[in-house]
Amino acid sequence: MPRPTKGARLGGGPSHEPLLLAGLARELFQYGRITTTEAKARRLRPLAEKLITKAKKGDIHNRRLVRKTITDVSVLHTLFTEIAPRFENRPGGYTRITKIGGRRGDNAPMAVIELVEGEIATKATVAEAEAAAKRAVKEAEQAAETKADEAETTEA
Amino acid sequence: MAVPKRKMSRSNTRHRRSNWKAVVPALVACDRCHEPKLGHIACPSCGTYNRRQVLSV
Repeated sequence: MPRPTKGARLGGGPSHEPLLLAGLARELFQYGRITTTEAKARRLRPLAEKLITKAKKGDIHNRRLVRKTITDVSVLHTLFTEIAPRFENRPGGYTRITKIGGRRGDNAPMAVIELVEGEIATKATVAEAEAAAKRAVKEAEQAAETKADEAETTEA
Repeated sequence: MAVPKRKMSRSNTRHRRSNWKAVVPALVACDRCHEPKLGHIACPSCGTYNRRQVLSV
């Protein structure tokens, strides 16, 4: 049984929807961050991330597949030469959606969707940070216990 | 087509309308500027979410 795409239906009709999403994807790769309604951002995210995954592969076949959506050649070029190398070590999750509240006029929930920047934390550093946090908690507990013990002994 | 047989009394109308109530939005204090804001949404006064600048203010 065909399963409908997740998220809201957009545009004036079924043929309008891919065009609208393609336009949003182009703007996202052109400007790096765009403000749109939350529903559009939520539909754009999987599309944009699949395009980036194809751009990371970088061969002529994938370039042609992406070109079906991103028809602007200069944006296509930036995607393959600037954006894709930036996400070399990032295993997915290339975009971030932040809600920014209702739009003036119709109170439509708006959001900012942007390409994620900065280095990803490696597993080792994450584990280290977690361990440090745990140690700190333990030490604090121990200090509290020793204090309590001291109080008891002085009372006795 | 079905149509109302009788005029609705003022009392009935007012009883129905007395249940239209506004709800106070649940606000939380912003991490950065401590202004009240809606949860899970970038702060409209300082433009940050999770201590990350999202909006230019």
